[in-house]
Amino acid sequence: MHVVFEFGFFTSAPVRTALIIGAVTAMVSAVVGVFVVVRGQSFAGHALTDVATTGGSAAFFFGWSPLLGFIGGGVIGAGAMDLIGVERERRRDLATGIVLGTALGLAALFLYLDTTKGATTGATQQLLFGSIFTVDPSTVPLVLGLSTLALAIVVMINRPLLLSSLSAELTRARGINVRGVGVLFMIAMAVSVGLSSIAVGSILSTALLIGPAAASVRLTKSLRASLIVAGVLGVATTWLGILFAYDSFYWVPSSQGLPVSFFIVSLIFIAYLMSGLPLVRRRFDRPRANSVGASNASTEVLKAVS
Amino acid sequence: MFSGFMVNAWEVGTMVAIVGGVVGFFVVLRGSAFPAHAIPNGAFAGAAGANLLAINPLIGLGVFSFGAALGIGALSRRGRSDAVTALALVMMLALGAAFVSLSTQYEPQIFSLLFGEILGVSSSDLLPVVALGAVCIVAVAMLYRPLLLTSIAPDIAAARGLRPQRFEIAFLIVIACATTMTVPVVGALLIFTLMLGPSAAAQCFTNRAGRAMAGSVAIALVTIWLALACAYESNWPVGFYVSVFSATWYGIGRGYAEWHTRRQVRAAGDSRRSIALTN
Repeated sequence: MHVVFEFGFFTSAPVRTALIIGAVTAMVSAVVGVFVVVRGQSFAGHALTDVATTGGSAAFFFGWSPLLGFIGGGVIGAGAMDLIGVERERRRDLATGIVLGTALGLAALFLYLDTTKGATTGATQQLLFGSIFTVDPSTVPLVLGLSTLALAIVVMINRPLLLSSLSAELTRARGINVRGVGVLFMIAMAVSVGLSSIAVGSILSTALLIGPAAASVRLTKSLRASLIVAGVLGVATTWLGILFAYDSFYWVPSSQGLPVSFFIVSLIFIAYLMSGLPLVRRRFDRPRANSVGASNASTEVLKAVS
Repeated sequence: MFSGFMVNAWEVGTMVAIVGGVVGFFVVLRGSAFPAHAIPNGAFAGAAGANLLAINPLIGLGVFSFGAALGIGALSRRGRSDAVTALALVMMLALGAAFVSLSTQYEPQIFSLLFGEILGVSSSDLLPVVALGAVCIVAVAMLYRPLLLTSIAPDIAAARGLRPQRFEIAFLIVIACATTMTVPVVGALLIFTLMLGPSAAAQCFTNRAGRAMAGSVAIALVTIWLALACAYESNWPVGFYVSVFSATWYGIGRGYAEWHTRRQVRAAGDSRRSIALTN
């Protein structure tokens, strides 16, 4: 038993919090991520993590609640992207880039001011890389509540969202406000991304948003199937990554083990690469029972990495 | 302000602005803002790896940025390119996090690689910057016409026998080259904002390719010179000033374009036709 689960894995409180927070974040990110990937908004999805981080560094500097900083930063960023963005795709990436660049510039300033203020060693690293093991347990209920809110918004507008990503004209013809749907989605995405970047760090936030969703969209044909596969993939990679990170304390000579983000991202990356293999795809293309296919794929991924 | 270490900063800044303006013209035209962010931002992790192995950081940066360019290019053939870019970025950052955790003291270097430490450029840093910058500009000059055609009209380019995918990879390699050159001296943030804002502003002012490229170089130069002066005076990070000035230029450009369109609409008296023209 101890070959797989090192001593104290299940009794350690930080690990338990990490498993819960990780699973919730992975699930919410995966569901929102499917829409992000289908709508081709991966850049905005990633940029919002950095914008949220800027909000976090500002909150750090002014002494506000970090959660407020992360979510406020994300929502303001999403609004700014929408304001200067034009519907054409190239312009949309440009708008995202301009907002991202400005936000990173502000982050540079706040981090610089933080370090000159003193007594905040490790602020850069903490903000950028985050750590799932250092989550404050008292923020858990708030994180859960806001995640549910973001999830509810996305689920409520899922049909106009998908339709407008296929054809904006068709959606407009049905009397749906395309821009309104887009803005609502951006806000839901900002909340979800802001939460995940404070919970698991900005690297993992993007990885959990895009990776499982991109893999599952390649494998499945219906929305429900891709949501399920993405969710399963996200939670499986997160838990496995946490296990590896915990065990890695005994593998490497360094005193602190390898970061959990490294393991989770690697697992997600491998899962994405495998989703392109003809062997895996063929299994999923079998017409009957999508859910069986889902469990097959995740066991295959698990087999391949362990 | 114009003596000692600042001389190096002015020289490097000028070189970086020229390369950023030239490459940035195509970044904006092709809508490649995401790779232009992902490659420099992820490649800094390569420098952390080089630090761990005690080799020249340029080698680590080069391996990571060229690897990212080729990886994004290859995976984009079969997947969605924006998702692939995001995954490549987080994979590089995660490797960087692992490198950082293995070596002990790295915090200040992370900051300077991300946000730039241009005021600390030494004379020995100048040679690789100039050499790689020259390679970038020669590469863009050689690829200029086919790149322009594949960016503006991919269909016509394909009909002429050019393969847009090959030029996409070639262009990603140019970005990788610019990254390797600039990240060690000015940081990932600075080169990204310098490639985006000035070029986007220049393309608001003119529709002609040559003028837009010259304009983007000119605006990038003014941006970096102003930013260096402000950073010297205030001691705040130069990356902050470059990003704020770049965004301001873009705002001015958009404002001008808006005003220009309205004036044309009024002059033509036929709003529909002129909107169709300017779009």
